[in-house]
Amino acid sequence: MKKHLLIIALVVLSGSVFAGDWTGFRGPLGNGISDEIGLPVKLDIDKHVAWKIQLPGKGLSSPLVVGNRVFVTSSGGTRQDRLQILCLSSIDGSVIWRRQFWAMGSTMCHSKTSIAAPTPVTDGESLFAIFSSNDLFCLDLDGNLKWLRGLTVDYPNARNSLGMASSLVMTDDILVVQVENDSESFVAGLSKTNGGNLWKIDRPKSANWTTATIRKSNFGKEQVLLQSGKGIHAIDPLNGKVIWHYSDGASTIPSSALDGNMLYVPSQGLTALELSRDGKSFKQKWRSGRLRPGTASPLVHGNHVYSLNNAGVLACADVESGKRLWQLRLDGPFGGSPVVADNHLYVFNEEGMAQVVDLTAPEGDITGKMDLGEMIQCSPAIANGAIYVRSNSHIWKIARKTRL
Amino acid sequence: MKHTQILFASLAIGLGNIEFAQTADDEFIEAIETLRSVGSEGRGNAAASKALKRLSNGGKELIPALLTAMDGANSFSLNYLRGAVEVISSKTLSKGESLPLVELGEFLLNKSHDTKPRAMAFDLIRRADANAAERLIPGMLSDPSVDLRREAVARLVGQAGDLVKKNNKPAAILIYRQALDAARDLDQIQTISSELKDLGRSVNLTKHFGFLIDWNLVGPFHNRGRAGFAEVFEPERDASLDLEYEGLKGKVTWQKYSTDNEYGMVDFNEPYGALKEVTGYAHTKFISASDRPAELRLGCKNAWKIWLNGSLIFGRDEYHRGMRIDQYKLPVQLKKGVNDIMIKACQNEQKEEWTVQWQFQLRVCDSTGTAIHSLSNSKVAAK
Repeated sequence: MKKHLLIIALVVLSGSVFAGDWTGFRGPLGNGISDEIGLPVKLDIDKHVAWKIQLPGKGLSSPLVVGNRVFVTSSGGTRQDRLQILCLSSIDGSVIWRRQFWAMGSTMCHSKTSIAAPTPVTDGESLFAIFSSNDLFCLDLDGNLKWLRGLTVDYPNARNSLGMASSLVMTDDILVVQVENDSESFVAGLSKTNGGNLWKIDRPKSANWTTATIRKSNFGKEQVLLQSGKGIHAIDPLNGKVIWHYSDGASTIPSSALDGNMLYVPSQGLTALELSRDGKSFKQKWRSGRLRPGTASPLVHGNHVYSLNNAGVLACADVESGKRLWQLRLDGPFGGSPVVADNHLYVFNEEGMAQVVDLTAPEGDITGKMDLGEMIQCSPAIANGAIYVRSNSHIWKIARKTRL
Repeated sequence: MKHTQILFASLAIGLGNIEFAQTADDEFIEAIETLRSVGSEGRGNAAASKALKRLSNGGKELIPALLTAMDGANSFSLNYLRGAVEVISSKTLSKGESLPLVELGEFLLNKSHDTKPRAMAFDLIRRADANAAERLIPGMLSDPSVDLRREAVARLVGQAGDLVKKNNKPAAILIYRQALDAARDLDQIQTISSELKDLGRSVNLTKHFGFLIDWNLVGPFHNRGRAGFAEVFEPERDASLDLEYEGLKGKVTWQKYSTDNEYGMVDFNEPYGALKEVTGYAHTKFISASDRPAELRLGCKNAWKIWLNGSLIFGRDEYHRGMRIDQYKLPVQLKKGVNDIMIKACQNEQKEEWTVQWQFQLRVCDSTGTAIHSLSNSKVAAK
């Protein structure tokens, strides 16, 4: 309890992100890796569900965690035009605040997805939440609206009838919104302070649901790595200018995984790009057609890269060569991406089955399974010694100790 | 400025609330004006953020004025104002205080206010006093707000269902008929229609929605490399129905086409076959009884453009990402008499099974989704 009080005090006082917070899609570094330890590995629904809370609407965005607060988006109403942002206590799941806004853009999407598909991002002071309708809201962590944008109002053909899903990413000062679709396709850098356009660039006219990756070069300069059917464009977040372009194409669903200077791109299977230290170029290190990420994004942990295909097979390969080392069949299909903490991989299938894989076992070992009984398509969050995952109607906290 | 002041003043007088009138001071009005001035691409966001902070510090007595300020506001401003109401109402309820139910109720019942703030007033009433909200529902059956109307329709559907269980089918049918007449949401309409059909009654969904079913089609023109969407083919220059155009494989002329699809689907594949990389045009005349605002509501999974009386309303070059009724809502101004509507629909090169469709559905309605029917030619002639 003392630890929590300390975290609360620190968050209130400084309003910033701490190590261990889960601040965006696939975590603070966008790579699905957490430094948490002591998570449950043999899952038991009676022992390890700390709390389960009903959500007011649908969604598949990932929860975020800052200190003792969990943030999650959802959409409700007959036309899914009620855009909801909730802040829950990580301790007991109680609602600290809840805000609802009217959708300004299109709320049409495929029945399997939701208007609350993209994951928000936070810098510990502000929460930036975007929805499939391309409506973007910036709130402080106490739920006060700071600014908003209606990107489909501004750019009327920026929409996708199947739904949008690219999550927000940010550099130190700039929020990057990726609104790629068949028609008015663009990426924009917005001021975190007031949401105004700092730059806006045209992007390939093709639907794209991937999330960009932020890379800091060895000289501290940031780059945004945009993935699309045209490959990877590295752009300067200050002006949107293209620095380099990997042009062998890439998937429009699973996103790339960055590990140091290596970028693992779902392209022609999986392609490893070695990025130069100065950020100005890249070279292809290997390519494997045997590693084919399905919907789930690949993930790098230690010396291994992990890829989960559409058949539910988890493949482990050597990061240096791309050589496949082992395969393990999991219960699929998967709509969300796996995360790793303490040498264990956590992933939830679309039927709501949580699965834990011990990555230290010679060929991976499933150490735990737990059926949450609802369709889950989100990528889980890990923070505060717990896993947070949501369905279309609930959010769960899963922890080894369910009581403080 | 004047407009907002009048709104506040009239609301204050209407409520007979002197305390409220006092809150409508210059600072408050300035903050409201700031929120109402937010424009596209984030213009006005910085000032709005400060103004919102000031308003959010206000008390619950500001809620009706904030709702009033939503009248005529653009979608950005609506959400800013909503943000203030959300904060104030949450703060009020968390302190264990009540919301101004009477004022909210009066705001809700005054249909001269816009639909979104009225629906929000109802949500606030429901949060504060579910029984009070329940009592208001029967009066919402013909409400301009589709959200409020939905509540009343749901209530009738429940009543009719109970009557069916009690085997009082005649009464159930009449209740379902009332519900159908009021329903604007597809799911409710389909549910009621299905129940009525089960009870042996017929339902004309085409008429209920107001789908346009009689058209003239011309095509095919090319859409190689998806270039047909941007290319101006001859019908875009002159859509006279007696003209002959140079099509993909020779001369083409307008052909009469009527759909008997319940949801008004106009299928280019029927006259032309399942072609790929082609463009077709559809033309119809809609006779309006008056000059009036309306919405053209289109469903289409092909690239499309739509013209009203020769003016391009909108176009979208997306292919096979999905289709639904009312997918696109296009506000227009109809003129009294004959209005020419023309649609361009492009089929692309994709070969998958789910890319066969080359079709659209269109209806004309008001902003609540209530069908506006074209006068028949005979009625016009009689006039």
